[in-house]
Amino acid sequence: MGAINLDDSVMTTRLDSVVNWARKNSLWPLPFGTACCAIEFMSMMSSRYDFSRFGAEALRFSPRQSDMLLVLGTVTNKQAPVLRQIYAQMAEPKWVVAVGVCASSGGMYRTYATLQGIDRVVPVDVYVPGCPPRPETMIYGVMQLQEQISRESLSSRKEHIERFYQSLARQEERQRASGQSGYQTVREMVLEAGEQGEQQIW
Amino acid sequence: MEPTPLAATPRPDGDRMIVNMGPSHPVTHGTLHIVLELEGEIIVKATPNIGYLHRGVEKLGENLTYQQFIPLTDRLNYCSSLMNNVGYTVAVEKLLGIQDPPRSRVLRVLCSELARIGDHLVCIGINAVDIGAFTAFLYLFRERETIYDLFEMMAGQRLHSSFTRIGGLFRDIPAEFEPLCEQFLESCPRTVDEMESLLTHNPIWAGRTKGVGAITPENAINWGYTGPCLRAAGVAQDLRKGQPYLDYDSYDFDIPVGTTGDVYDRYLVRTEEIRQSLGIVRQCLDRLKQLGPGPVIIDDYKIALPPKEKVYTRMESLIHHFKLIMHGIEMPVGEVYSATEAANGELGFYLVSHGGKSPYRIHVRPPCFPIFSSFDEQVRGRIIADAVSVLGGMNVIAGELDR
Amino acid sequence: MVIERIEAQLPGVVLDRHDFRGDETVVVAGDRFLEVVDFIFGEGFQMLLDVTAVDREDREPRFDVVYHFLNLTSQDRLRIKVPVAEGCAVPSLVSRFKSADWSEREVFDLFGIPFEGHPNLSRLLMWEDFPGHPLRKDYPLDGGDRFCSQDIGASFAPEARSLNI
Repeated sequence: MGAINLDDSVMTTRLDSVVNWARKNSLWPLPFGTACCAIEFMSMMSSRYDFSRFGAEALRFSPRQSDMLLVLGTVTNKQAPVLRQIYAQMAEPKWVVAVGVCASSGGMYRTYATLQGIDRVVPVDVYVPGCPPRPETMIYGVMQLQEQISRESLSSRKEHIERFYQSLARQEERQRASGQSGYQTVREMVLEAGEQGEQQIW
Repeated sequence: MEPTPLAATPRPDGDRMIVNMGPSHPVTHGTLHIVLELEGEIIVKATPNIGYLHRGVEKLGENLTYQQFIPLTDRLNYCSSLMNNVGYTVAVEKLLGIQDPPRSRVLRVLCSELARIGDHLVCIGINAVDIGAFTAFLYLFRERETIYDLFEMMAGQRLHSSFTRIGGLFRDIPAEFEPLCEQFLESCPRTVDEMESLLTHNPIWAGRTKGVGAITPENAINWGYTGPCLRAAGVAQDLRKGQPYLDYDSYDFDIPVGTTGDVYDRYLVRTEEIRQSLGIVRQCLDRLKQLGPGPVIIDDYKIALPPKEKVYTRMESLIHHFKLIMHGIEMPVGEVYSATEAANGELGFYLVSHGGKSPYRIHVRPPCFPIFSSFDEQVRGRIIADAVSVLGGMNVIAGELDR
Repeated sequence: MVIERIEAQLPGVVLDRHDFRGDETVVVAGDRFLEVVDFIFGEGFQMLLDVTAVDREDREPRFDVVYHFLNLTSQDRLRIKVPVAEGCAVPSLVSRFKSADWSEREVFDLFGIPFEGHPNLSRLLMWEDFPGHPLRKDYPLDGGDRFCSQDIGASFAPEARSLNI
């Protein structure tokens, strides 16, 4: 038996590179569409801009089946606990893209009813500004996320996800103790954090 | 194919199940929450729970000047933003007692009708997607992309253009607009024909939409319905004909009226309205050629900003510019209610002015608010699949519903 | 016009009237409001478009509940304003117009004006245990949230930056 040449059939790499390559090229989005950015998202999914080139054609409206939460549009204070619940239900690895200025910072709605940025209640990976951002801008945002994913390590659970689940536990404890609705509990947590100058409740 | 009659009353020995539709759900109408009480598949009670997109626009309006409110109006019915701009500026102009120049009126009608076409394309497309007909959505969105190109050419932005100003428009249309608009007027009827060939005589579409959500004219009037849903029920009410604004009485168009008010009739009314709007756009283009070049904003510098060349060279114009930006417009004291025929129905703006630079109270009357409040009555005794069709037929846009 | 017919049929019911920019408006007291509504329903004003309210903070009674009606045959509009003091109720129109259902709930939610006879008077746009009524003039625009008027990372100066320049 002679030596076999395996040069053409074996590839050597690191585990993270391969796993990250697979993850970033098959990001299944959960379009958490609330307002106008969802309409630009629909344009992005249509034939001209064609988001499915990025492996993201499989829109999964169930958090159990998706990896990327695209928050499209204004998130109000009434919607905040809903967003937290959806994020909590997603399986890891999971990423959040805040699409539009309303999701990034509250946008032009500096009022009693609008959450001033979803990063106050969930961890965010990429912020895509625009009102609404053009489909090309949103695609660029997802490409930035892909860059971020390719640099991740597989070793431990991400610290921000851990902190989020701890804040969720605090929220549930507080809700049980006070008997208030989830909406009022999250609103009070956000306002108290604001009083201390803290932007986030997680 | 006659739909099978459904049980109007639930079986007394059945179990009731409560299912939440939303606030995060695949039916892509924005963020709504409906609590469905079900017996098997039959809906016993449907309670809509809204407010998930209540952004506080009316209170914010009390702190902004009249001009600063225009971008907020874009985001009410975000599928047809320009119509909201037009409706709001018509209301402020009514309060001031002024009228915009003729060329501006024709352009406002042109972009309103383009926005109406865009809104109906989205509504029918989304209605089709919810029921499962994805192809129609893709074809219609291709036309919507051309409308976006037209808006971008006119106003610089695809979706939220904030194109109108108090007293007229932001700027005139560029020379490239007309050829693209002509091209659109050729291709859109063909796309609508393609869509009709997919849907109108399709037995699945008819089975899912005929007889679903039917409403009598008296009931529709009592519920406060306006727009395509009211016209589908058989009431020929259209503000463009009944209470014309922006010279709509000088254009030649028909208003389609249905018979039963079900989702199928609403679809047919919207399709025909697209065709009528294409006719109005054609008339607008001809009229623009007849009118020739002219101003698109009122000449009164106490209301509209003077052109930049004058601001940089004349003291008086500089002072006007300063006063308009820093102090806003001098408004008379009074209150007005002004309504226009938006894509969904009567979009009303109620403005109360105490003479200051911000409105004392500004209230938006959204067309889909009373329509959605009748959701329970429309779906009781029907199955869940019908709830999806009815929701699509109502064209509920959460931005204007919740403000 | 219709205001003359109201005054002829129900004398003394119209407290004030105007038609600024052509909008016919009457001011009617709460206790005679239902009579006026029944009369105009007979006159053809069969669509209630909208119910809203205005908070006149410097005046007694504090609120004006504003109703807009449309006559589909003659295409006439009518605005009826009912002044109501803080805490007092206005009769509900739900039994006559189904469109009053959510509109009155919204006025209750945002202004705190109760409607007598409404089958389900609960909050509509805000959540059930939301404290306060947002559209009242004494409710702050930001609802107590510092981040509405201050940027993240900026020094937290005690004066908030107002939206009016």
